[in-house]
Amino acid sequence: MTEPLLELIDIEKHFGHVIALAGVSFSIRPGECHCLLGDNGAGKSTFIKTMAGVHKPTAGKIRVCGKETNFQSPRDAMDAGIATVYQDLAMIPLMSITRNFWMGREPVRKFGPLRFLDFPKANAVTMEEMRKMGINLRAPDQAVGTLSGGERQTVAIARAVYFGARVLILDEPTSALGVRQTSNVLATIDKVRKQGVGVIFISHNVRHALAVGDRFTVLNRGKTLGTAVRGEISAEELQDMMAGGQELAELEGSLGGTV
Amino acid sequence: MNEAGNQLPQTQKDERLREISPLKKALIRPELGASAGTIVVFLFFLLVAGDSGMFAPEGVLNWGVVSAQFAIIAVGACLLMIAGEFDLSVGSMIGFSGIVIALVSVTWGYPVWFAILVAFVVAIGIGALNGYLVIKTGLPSFIVTLAFLYILRGLTIFVAISTTQQTIIGGVREAAQGDPIAALFGGKIFRGLFSWLADQGLIDKFVAGPKAGQPVIDGIPMIIVWALVLVVLGHILLTRTRFGNWIFAAGGDNVAASNSGVPVKRVKVLMFMLSAFCATVFATCQVIEFGSAAADRGLLKEFEAIISVVIGGALLTGGYGSVIGAALGALIFGVVQQGLFFAGVESSLFRVFLGVILLLAVILNTYIRRMITGER
Repeated sequence: MTEPLLELIDIEKHFGHVIALAGVSFSIRPGECHCLLGDNGAGKSTFIKTMAGVHKPTAGKIRVCGKETNFQSPRDAMDAGIATVYQDLAMIPLMSITRNFWMGREPVRKFGPLRFLDFPKANAVTMEEMRKMGINLRAPDQAVGTLSGGERQTVAIARAVYFGARVLILDEPTSALGVRQTSNVLATIDKVRKQGVGVIFISHNVRHALAVGDRFTVLNRGKTLGTAVRGEISAEELQDMMAGGQELAELEGSLGGTV
Repeated sequence: MNEAGNQLPQTQKDERLREISPLKKALIRPELGASAGTIVVFLFFLLVAGDSGMFAPEGVLNWGVVSAQFAIIAVGACLLMIAGEFDLSVGSMIGFSGIVIALVSVTWGYPVWFAILVAFVVAIGIGALNGYLVIKTGLPSFIVTLAFLYILRGLTIFVAISTTQQTIIGGVREAAQGDPIAALFGGKIFRGLFSWLADQGLIDKFVAGPKAGQPVIDGIPMIIVWALVLVVLGHILLTRTRFGNWIFAAGGDNVAASNSGVPVKRVKVLMFMLSAFCATVFATCQVIEFGSAAADRGLLKEFEAIISVVIGGALLTGGYGSVIGAALGALIFGVVQQGLFFAGVESSLFRVFLGVILLLAVILNTYIRRMITGER
């Protein structure tokens, strides 16, 4: 097996007297989609913020390509090739797709002592990267606000990949989307994975996770309940682990097994 | 290796894109409303005041200068508004900078170029302070700059009275004679061209009075040159540079922008400094032209600047707008204000008109915003 791009070992995170993470281990290899599942309050957000350099772990080790690392800031994590697409997407609806795609990293062309935005390049790259993700833009200067939720998610993912993400953390990318939009985003995840990027897919929807995931880790009350490989675990088992077993079994009975 | 991924629907070209009608697409350009407004305003005054001399060379110069005044402060207000902030201290800054110039040059006897330099340095410093306070406190810029509206106005009157016992300081024209920097703000260009045009009979000459024999307009005032230069540079900065993208981003969503590596705080502070710079350009042109500074100059200018910007299609909430639009807004403003005078309309009605056009502009802009972002 290939060496993990990113490895977290026995991560603990305490906020005052609250123990948000109590020893979580996780790893991501190139070209795989590792799903991190958990119910609300399980510690998913704290955990991905630790991977993204926002939080410093109270205890535990982080290894990038086998080398032990301490992220001092989100910038450090980004420099190590770890990109996070949060739910707000860091997109500005009033600005064009191109302007959003390049925001903060705009390409410039020198014109004597002056430097101007290189729109031909910016537009061409944006169109091309979006095409790779399966979206043919009508025009790169259309406002992001005119895109659907799934398309916006795809712009955010394409942007992260273009700017050198080797590990892509997606924070509940499908939670606010409809069925079609969701399948589009899942297709995008599949394309990104095939480019050799390690995708960490955070979700609380087991069906979405099973559609693209290679490995599954369930977080419950700040602990991992183990990591399962694709094909070794069923949707029901995952669902049970997420909810902590018993309560859901009772619920499922009353709901007729539809959860 | 992954069957599930392959089973997902293949993306197709058209069905994931909603079509937008060409009309809506045109409406989405921020300048559109202002362009249409400019045409309407010009047609109106051609009909109503076409024979009043409004469109003769002197008339054009008259509303041209007024529009240029609005345009200069509108450029600063526009870029600041797109960056998501307001500056209500513009009017007070105009009075303040003017008094600084007159005080340093006339009362204290320094050269005028030095006085102008001092005024710019102090004003831009205060602009930076405005920005710093907004960034540091997280308070709305509306409140911070409202405080400076009063602080600067009060200081201006206090300083003028405590040093010269009056609120008007004259004698700047005499002090500015032969000053190269003062000429940059108060002089005229293309004088030769205009006297040649007059000799060719293309423009009238004065027939009587002390100026008999001179052309009725003897050049383009520098204030118009300043306005054009600021508008062109502002437009290029906003639409063609990396910094311009940061201005849009800072105003569109400052959290998203800083998460993407945009130095939002720096952008905002610089825009406050630009706003102060524009106010000082206005003040300097006025002081050199009038030959005096008065502590009450610039009253309500902050609102006139903001109105020009809003007529020009910018959103009050930031992140969207255009310098060209703001310049057209200033042109509409100037043409209407002077045009009503040419048309012989009671001048108080100008404010009624202004209120109405402001309301229409904001309603149109809100509609455009909804269209772009798909909000309801």
